[in-house]
Amino acid sequence: MDQIITAAIAVVGVPLVLLGYIILGERVIERLPDHLQTWIRPYFWALPAIGFATIFMVYPLVRTVFLSFRNNADTDWVGFTNYVYFFTFPDTLTSLRNSLLWLVFYTLFAVGLGLIIAILLDRVRYESLAKIAIFLPVPISAVAASIIWKFMFDYQPPGTVQTGTLNAALGAFGGQPVAWLVNSTTNNPALIFVGVWSITGFCMVIISASLKSISTEVLEAARIDGANELRIVQLIVTPLLWPTITVVGTTMIINALKTFDIVFVLTSGAYDTDVIATQMFRQLATHHLSRAAAVGVVLFLAIVPLLVVNIRRFQQQEETR
Amino acid sequence: MSGVQVETRRETARAGAAASVLDRWGHQLQRLPLHLVIIIFIAIWIVPTIGLIVNSFRNVQDMSNAGWWSALFPPHGFSLDSYNQVLQTENVATSIFNSVLITVPATVIQLAIATMGAYAFAWMKFPGKDIFFIVIVGLMVVPIQMTLIPVLQLFHTFGLAGTFIAVWLAHSGYGLPFEVFLLRNYLGGLPREIFESAEMDGAGHAVRFLRIAVPMTIPAIASLTIFVFLGVWNDLLVSLTFLGSSPNRPFTVVITQLVTSLGGGWQFLTAAAVLQMSLPLAVFIFLQRYFVRGITSGSVKG
Repeated sequence: MDQIITAAIAVVGVPLVLLGYIILGERVIERLPDHLQTWIRPYFWALPAIGFATIFMVYPLVRTVFLSFRNNADTDWVGFTNYVYFFTFPDTLTSLRNSLLWLVFYTLFAVGLGLIIAILLDRVRYESLAKIAIFLPVPISAVAASIIWKFMFDYQPPGTVQTGTLNAALGAFGGQPVAWLVNSTTNNPALIFVGVWSITGFCMVIISASLKSISTEVLEAARIDGANELRIVQLIVTPLLWPTITVVGTTMIINALKTFDIVFVLTSGAYDTDVIATQMFRQLATHHLSRAAAVGVVLFLAIVPLLVVNIRRFQQQEETR
Repeated sequence: MSGVQVETRRETARAGAAASVLDRWGHQLQRLPLHLVIIIFIAIWIVPTIGLIVNSFRNVQDMSNAGWWSALFPPHGFSLDSYNQVLQTENVATSIFNSVLITVPATVIQLAIATMGAYAFAWMKFPGKDIFFIVIVGLMVVPIQMTLIPVLQLFHTFGLAGTFIAVWLAHSGYGLPFEVFLLRNYLGGLPREIFESAEMDGAGHAVRFLRIAVPMTIPAIASLTIFVFLGVWNDLLVSLTFLGSSPNRPFTVVITQLVTSLGGGWQFLTAAAVLQMSLPLAVFIFLQRYFVRGITSGSVKG
């Protein structure tokens, strides 16, 4: 009951407090001399947002880098010890390898399938209905998606009834059941596929929107000139979609590097399926704070190039505004 | 004379129609592989979810005796056992409630602050504005793993660890950069003349923000609300870190903990998963237009 009251107060109270802040603050600022007004006002308005960003992102970022060079009790400097641990311990190296697998295959398949499905659906009348089907997993949480696929991958010993969809299908074709999530050759591809399954609809929707903006006249002209569909996709559609593909691609790379939920729920990183983010969480949960900080920094460094790309793209957009 | 002409015209038309029907059939036949490929894709993308939903309406015994597809044929053996069992499991009912109590305030707090900040970035000039904004664009992609330890320590210092307030604040902090970015672009695209004429009429910034900027930004705020709401509802990592063992932990965390702690006999969690995803699916189905518009307009968010 107390909790409901607290939540209600937060829902009503926070906007009211902000409203009071704006109205009272503006009253005070309006009384100030002009030059002081123009100087103070913007910071007054941006302060809550900048404050939150500073407390929850900028300060922690700096502090995590700091912690990664300290010992676990935060009493002494230890140089690169935590990083040396990360790059020499077999378990953490496995997580690094798996994150690379995610980066390459998750990105490739999510964007690739998104593109293929968008192009195929562009050619049929039931496009909007089909899109809903492909998009359906996007709003579903990674936790629920993992449970969905736990059933798909379910494995029972050979000779017993297979209740997992994939193993039952294999059995119908006379194959032996596979322990998808335990077998170390199938588990990483299986997890990556769950990730791809959840996000393909997202890629498809964005690519499809940009596909619709290609003028039909260009395509008609190419068809009249006798180009077949494959050539049209290769020579006209793909180059025109390229800017969109790179935007979606960078988003997917960032997603791949941050992957946590699916791995955590389906295998908890067991059987060599750990990724950087689950590795970091395990170090944190076992109170190896400085090691966890070092893992976090490694993850951040992997994302820095994309951060630069995003800022560049933003600056270009600003110039054309 | 004219009658004959009409007759021949009709005949050619008939012949043409017959040919075009044949043509169309031939054309459709050529397109058969296309339809087949699409149907396979659709099947891969919806069958797993259907399987889960069907299974959630069977009891655990049936689930381990035969796959979900067997329930499609009589005797179906549908029952609500799994739902009863999952709702009676310790913490589950409370955690659903917690999810609501986390999601609603977290969404309201961050959107209120973001709109105000976005207004400053869109319509005010100040030294360092460009640099501040570039930092915000950069923060959009920073992995939250990078912030978890210091924020956890902060919460411990201020006695907030394990409280709702902690996750409200954390979610708001993590969500703000993207929201400020998106809303600033939207607000910046509003016509300058409206703000200028309001200013000439003597309206201060408070009035211009509350009476002009906010009402005109409602479409963007509405789309964003859906995404922020679902993002917090579906979140695992933030709650796991800040509420991991607290009685305030949300549904996603409890489901995850049950999956790992139960080992065998976890099948009744199908019902939990269906309950957890029913809200996002309902939102998607009923607010589809906002959903797709939101994704295509702000396609940078991960």
